[in-house]
Amino acid sequence: MEKETCTFSYCQRPEIVEVETDLLIIGGGMSACGAAFEGTRWANPKGLRIVMVDKAATDRSGAVAMGLSAINTYIGENKVEDYVKYVRGDLMGIIREDIVFDLGRHVDNSVHLFEEWGLPIWKKSDDGFSLDGFQSRDAGKAMLKDGGAPVRSGKWQIMINGESYKVIVAEAAKRALEINRQATGMAQNHYERVFIVKLYKDANQPNRVAAAAGFSVRENKIYLFKAKAMCLGAGGAVNVFRPRSVKEGQGRAWYPVWNSGSGYALGMQAGAELTMMENRFVPARFKDGYGPVGAWFLFFKAKATNAYGEDYCVTNFEATKEKYGKYTDKLGTAIRNHMMMIDMKAGKGPIYMNTHTAMQELAKTMDAKRIKHLEAEAWEDFLDMCIGQAGLWACKNVEPDKEPSEIMPTEPYLLGSHAGCAGFWVSGPGDIAGFPAEWSWGYNRMSTVNGLFMMGDIVGASGHKFSSGSHAEGRIAGKNAIAFILDNASYTPAIKQTNDEIAGELYAPYETFEKYKAHTTDPFMNPHYIRPANLQARLQKISDEYFGGISTWYMTSKTMLEEGLKQLEVLKEDSAKLAAGNLHELMRCWENYHRILSVEAHARHILFRQESRYPGYYYRGDFDLVDDNDWKCFVNSTYNAETNTWELKKVPYVQVYAD
Amino acid sequence: MPSYVITEKCDGCKAQDKTACQYICPNDLMTLNRDLMKAYNQEPDQCWECYNCVKICPQQAIEVRGYQDFNPIGGNVIPMRGTDSIMWTIKFRNGSLKRFKFPIRTTPEGSIDPYKGLPEVDYSKIKQSGYFNGSARTE
Repeated sequence: MEKETCTFSYCQRPEIVEVETDLLIIGGGMSACGAAFEGTRWANPKGLRIVMVDKAATDRSGAVAMGLSAINTYIGENKVEDYVKYVRGDLMGIIREDIVFDLGRHVDNSVHLFEEWGLPIWKKSDDGFSLDGFQSRDAGKAMLKDGGAPVRSGKWQIMINGESYKVIVAEAAKRALEINRQATGMAQNHYERVFIVKLYKDANQPNRVAAAAGFSVRENKIYLFKAKAMCLGAGGAVNVFRPRSVKEGQGRAWYPVWNSGSGYALGMQAGAELTMMENRFVPARFKDGYGPVGAWFLFFKAKATNAYGEDYCVTNFEATKEKYGKYTDKLGTAIRNHMMMIDMKAGKGPIYMNTHTAMQELAKTMDAKRIKHLEAEAWEDFLDMCIGQAGLWACKNVEPDKEPSEIMPTEPYLLGSHAGCAGFWVSGPGDIAGFPAEWSWGYNRMSTVNGLFMMGDIVGASGHKFSSGSHAEGRIAGKNAIAFILDNASYTPAIKQTNDEIAGELYAPYETFEKYKAHTTDPFMNPHYIRPANLQARLQKISDEYFGGISTWYMTSKTMLEEGLKQLEVLKEDSAKLAAGNLHELMRCWENYHRILSVEAHARHILFRQESRYPGYYYRGDFDLVDDNDWKCFVNSTYNAETNTWELKKVPYVQVYAD
Repeated sequence: MPSYVITEKCDGCKAQDKTACQYICPNDLMTLNRDLMKAYNQEPDQCWECYNCVKICPQQAIEVRGYQDFNPIGGNVIPMRGTDSIMWTIKFRNGSLKRFKFPIRTTPEGSIDPYKGLPEVDYSKIKQSGYFNGSARTE
C-alpha cells in the first residue's frame, strides 16, 4: 500500500516553535505535578530550566481530573515492608520489590503536603466516628504530619473530600513552574493543549533521548522541545478494548477516557524496555456507571454476592485454589473477579453489592444525625470521583440504603498505578540490600534510554501507587532527572530529523484529509482514508475478540493472539491513512496510533508468557494455570520502531521480602 | 453522561478572554460555534462526565444528560462549586431530591506557596533517597 506523505501541498503548513529546556515534563497529571514541584527546587539554584507540556489544562488533567474520594496509598502507622507484601499479593506474586519499597518509603511526604496545601482530609473523632475535612479542622484535629489520625477505609487508604484534589496539586505545581520560569528567564515554561506525538533520539548518542514533538490543538503550531532529560508521565491506555457500552456510553470508561496509551507509545518508540505489559486491570465496578466500590467494600463493609445471596469468594474458593494455587489465598483483585465470573457464567447473576444491608447494619449503631452523615458519605464517594454513577442511581431511582446495586467486571485497561502494573523497566533506587546490581543504573526511575525517566502509570511491575504514589514517584523522577542533567552538563541535544520532516509526519493526517475530502459528497465516507473514530472501533474489535476482551470472557490463546496480531499489523499499516478534519481530530489520530502500539505490546507479552498469571483479568486457554516453576519471572520487551520488530525475554524474579 | 449546553444561558463567554468550558475540558470536547457564539460538546461519546465544564461555567449553562446506553431519562445531578465547598443537588427520575454540601479545600484559592518554610536542597544528597524536604522512611 502506498504511504501518504505530507508536503503541505493541501493543508496549511504550521508554524514550528522550538523550545529549549533542561528538563521536559511530558504530562500534567499527578506524577507530572510531582516532578515539577520537586524538580524546581533542585533546578533553581543551578539555573536549570524546567518545561511542562500537558495536552489538557493542568487544573483538571490526568486521572484525577474529576477528583477522588480517597487517597489509596498512605503508609502512616503501617510498615513499608507490609505494603510491599500487599502489592505483591494483589499482583499475583510479580513486582519490582525495590521500586515498590522505594515508593512506600516516600509516599507519605506528598500526602502531608497535599493537606498543607488545602486538601481536606477526614479525621477520626474522639468517639471513633469520621469527621470531614472541615469538621476535623474545626475540632482542632492534628494534621497528618503532626500525628493526626486519618479515617482509614482500608489498611492503606484514607478518606478525603477530594473534589478539588487535582486543582490543589496543580496549583502547587504551576506555582513551582512559575518560580522556575522567573529564576531562569524563560518566556514560557508551562504549555497546555499541546499534544506530544513522538520522542526523538540524539543524533550522536544512539541511546539518548533528545527531543519531543507535538502540536497545539488550538492553533496551527508544532512544538519541538529539545531537552537534556525528560520525565514522561503521559498515562496508561483506556478504550483500547471494546467497552461494554458502545454508543455515547463508551465515554464512561472506568479510567479516564483521555488516557490514550501515549505514555507507553512515546517510550516504546524511543526503544525503552517494557516490563509486565501482559498485565491489565479489569476492575469490578458498579455496572454501567463504573462507580467506585472500594469505599463500599472497605469503609461501609458491604458484601458482594450472587443473586442468591451467596458470597462467591467463599463458595468458589476451593475450586479456584485447586486450579490456581496459593495466590488464591490473598484474595487479590484478579482472583475475586475470577470467582465472580464463575457465578456469572453459571447464570447465578446479577452480582450485587449489598449496599442496603451494609448501611442498615451501620445505622444500628448511630443516631439520626450520624445516619444522615453516613448517607452523605456514601453519596460523596461517587460525587467526588464518579459523578455519573450518582446520576445513574438518580435516573434509576436507586436508594442504596434500601436496595442493592449490580456490580460487574469492566473491559480491560492498561495501567501501572492502580491495581495493574503494565509499564517500563526502570532503574531502581540502588540502596536497598538484596536486589541485583543491574536493576539500578545510576538514576532512579530512568528507563533503559538515557535521559528518559518514567513515572506514574507507565512504570512497570509496581502497581498500587495510586494518586499519592504517582505524585511521590514524579518527585523521585524529577529529582533524579536533575541529577542526570547536572552529571551531563556539557550535553547539547541534537536530532537527525529536520523540522520539515517532523512537521510533515505530525500533520500527515491533515494533509491526507485535505487531499481527498472533495472526492466524495460526504467527507466521512471516503475510500482513501480512515477517520480516527473508525480506526479506534477496529482496534477495539480486534483486541476484544482476539486478545481476551469481554466478548470471550477474557479468554485468549496462542492461536487467537497470533491471528489478532496479524490483523493488528494491517491496522498499523492502515494508520498511515488516518485522516483529520481539524486539530481536534488530529489529536484523536495520534492518540489512536498510541493505543495501537500499547495494545500490540500487551498482546505480544500475553503470547510470550505461557500461563494465566492473572485469572480474572485474562486467561490463556492453552495454559490455564499459574505456573510458578516456569513463569515466576518478569517478561520484558523492546520495540524497534525503525524495523517494526520486537524482542521479548524472561528476567528472573528476585524476592527480598519474605512471604 | 455527556454534557450539553443550554442555548438560552450560554453567552459564549463574551466577557472572558477565553471560553471557560473549552479551557477546562480534559478531553478537548467543548468547543465554540463561532456563528452562534455558543459552546457545544463536539464528541459526546468521548465525554467522561467529569463535570469540569459544568462546574466552571460562569452562566451555569452546562448540564449533563445520562448516557442513553443505560440511563433512563429523568434524573440529573447539578453542582454549585464555591471557593471552599461544593453543593450538589440530585434529582431522581421519580422527582425526589437530595442535597449535599462537601468541603473542597481548607485554604484560599491561589494561596499555595509551595516552598514556604521548607529547607533548601542539599546537593550532596541528590543521589540518595528522600526529597529536598525530608528523608525517606526507614524501618
